[in-house]
Amino acid sequence: MSAFASHYSYWVTVFLMATGLYIVIARGNLLKKLIGLGIFQTSVYLLYIAPGKLIGGTAPIVAEGFRVYSNPLPHVLILTAIVVGVATLALGLAIVVRIREAYGSTEEDEILAADRASGGGG
Amino acid sequence: MIAGQLPALVVVVPLAAAPLVVLVRRPVAAFAIATAACAFSFFAALLLAAEVAGAGPISYALGSWPPPWGIEYRVDAFNAFVLVLVSGAATVVAPYGWRAVAAEVRRDQLYLYHATFCLCVAGLLGMAITGDAFNLFVFMEIASLASYILIALGRDRRALLAAYQYLILGTIGATFYVIGVGLLYLVTGTLNIADMAARLPAVPDLRPVLAALAFVTVGVSLKLALFPLHFWLPNAYAYAPSAVSAFLSATATKVSVYVLLRFYFGVFGLPLVVETLPMPQILLALSIVAIVSASLVALWQTDLKRLFAYSSVAQIGYITLGIGMASREGLTAAVVHLFNHGVTKGALFLLVGGVALRAGGAGFASLRGLARAMPLTALGITLAGLSLIGVPGTAGFVSKWYLVIGAIEAGRWWLAALVVATSLIAVGYVWRFVEAAYLAEPGPATPARGEASPVMLAPAWLLVAACLWFGFDTSFTVTSARRAAALLLGGAP
Amino acid sequence: MTRLLVLRIVAKILIPFMLMFALYVQFHGDFGPGGGFQAGVIGAAAIVFYALIFGLPAARRMVPEPVVETMVALGVFLYAGVGLLGVALGGNYLDYFVLAADPVAGQHRGIFWVEAGVAITVSGVMLKIFYMFAGRRRDLEEGR
Repeated sequence: MSAFASHYSYWVTVFLMATGLYIVIARGNLLKKLIGLGIFQTSVYLLYIAPGKLIGGTAPIVAEGFRVYSNPLPHVLILTAIVVGVATLALGLAIVVRIREAYGSTEEDEILAADRASGGGG
Repeated sequence: MIAGQLPALVVVVPLAAAPLVVLVRRPVAAFAIATAACAFSFFAALLLAAEVAGAGPISYALGSWPPPWGIEYRVDAFNAFVLVLVSGAATVVAPYGWRAVAAEVRRDQLYLYHATFCLCVAGLLGMAITGDAFNLFVFMEIASLASYILIALGRDRRALLAAYQYLILGTIGATFYVIGVGLLYLVTGTLNIADMAARLPAVPDLRPVLAALAFVTVGVSLKLALFPLHFWLPNAYAYAPSAVSAFLSATATKVSVYVLLRFYFGVFGLPLVVETLPMPQILLALSIVAIVSASLVALWQTDLKRLFAYSSVAQIGYITLGIGMASREGLTAAVVHLFNHGVTKGALFLLVGGVALRAGGAGFASLRGLARAMPLTALGITLAGLSLIGVPGTAGFVSKWYLVIGAIEAGRWWLAALVVATSLIAVGYVWRFVEAAYLAEPGPATPARGEASPVMLAPAWLLVAACLWFGFDTSFTVTSARRAAALLLGGAP
Repeated sequence: MTRLLVLRIVAKILIPFMLMFALYVQFHGDFGPGGGFQAGVIGAAAIVFYALIFGLPAARRMVPEPVVETMVALGVFLYAGVGLLGVALGGNYLDYFVLAADPVAGQHRGIFWVEAGVAITVSGVMLKIFYMFAGRRRDLEEGR
């Protein structure tokens, strides 16, 4: 098998990583940036989980008839990372809600313009 | 029995204080619990530092699962020093928050401030003490999420945008870090930092290791605000409540420096970092740009809080400059400066907070004639400012002294000259304060005569005194830093 | 509250089963996939579902805000408390081996209470997030 096909999970990971990061950098809308951040974090989940799975492996509980086990540790780590991601997203959204109440906009350039208009900023 | 449990308790007590504060809710009780928890951690950190200095590193197996299977808390000469800094700063800032934050946060939400503060302290302490790379990520996120909340509490609506930008960049940083750790986990099969370091030399393919090094470097550099990844810092420190600015500037970036050092010298090892990749050259170049550009930008600020925020970026440049030397003297300078700058900046932000509270802001207009309106505050800022410059007899001098020695020992005279020359820019921005406070006539924006409340002034002056004390008596700071440097370079202490 | 009769009746039938499923995931976590985090989310989802059909005020009457906030703190405190109990009984922090005479039973007991803490906090946090976002405009108008 070619290196491309046998490592397809890595290619998906890299694609998600680049997509997410691009959205964060290129979009001016605060909500869209958070969506990009979510995609970026998701790529890490894949990076950890994919190598932990053995094809044909089962949950690592000792039982008759099973000899191949998947690595459970990445799943546990990523469960934690998902919780962190949820907390980050919730906090980010909460801050965006407050920003919208304070500035009346969720577009970054409009907010910066409002700051410049009210003096200082930058 | 308790003594053996200190490595866990130093983190767990502030962590458990946070939900307790939420359950209690009443502002006075919340304040008391939070302060007591921070003070306990400080006490525990001092005991740990003393024990480590005498008996060597302590390993603590969480849940009695032996490392490398379970999570290990590992205290050695370096992170005991960082623990003392973080818990000490927390203990000083916690009582300050009693009056300062009460003026900036609604009374029925005060307990949430105290709970978040406890979480932030626990997160930073956990980052410093843990010996597990993934556990470090979790603590990093606990500390970061708490600090985003604390920054967003600022009165100015720009605090919200600052917190948002910090959230985006901080999350990218933490995610880069965790990608790096993931790559290391894939090649070594372990998450324990010491175990990782032991297994890394046997890894046949160097490419994922180099990728991991790059990811960890970029991720942690975002957190420690290394130039050009510092854009979140000035706004975050300028618009956060003063107590928060003081605490974060004294600790958050410093703990990230610790993480960077731990990974460079404790995991990847000197040969990989210095010989395979030109990391020292990169760090030196970035540090010099950071010091010069951020100092110059600080000169033109119209707000004292923003001025000191930019000066933080420059001072972090001095720390990374020490790391970039990758020598014993350089690392000693970096570790000493990590502590001294934490103390100095903590003092400055606490004092500026007092001004901001009375004058409604820290713009230079409200600083005119400050020496007459708030003489103690103005004197404190001036003294801590001297330490920021690195005048002999202050803590800042000690760290710059070691930086200069390190540069001369490496035969880099131009670097030594640069450290001295850039200190002159610091003279410039501190002088701007002195000029406004002592030489200018009071203007309409100057606050009325009267100091900040004693509960705010006392912690601030405690740190100012520490700036002076650690300038004369360097036995604690320099000895600890030397030990840390020796530990990082793998020599005998 | 929605006026669609079908939705209201189906919701009333489904919600008990959702809560039951949360408990199943919680207690079956010992023997198969499951645990406090998943159970907490499913439990909170049942309440969120209730709020979507019958309106936020009704959900807030059923699970009031102070209760939710107490849940958030209580779960973490329970977790930390189990850890400190290990210290009190002579082990390390989060040491479950010492919680019972038999180490295996001790692990069982420790994980049970820790997972209970996780479930309480997670469902509390999920509800708190939902209440805050869903009720933000209403709260602002009432000046809370």
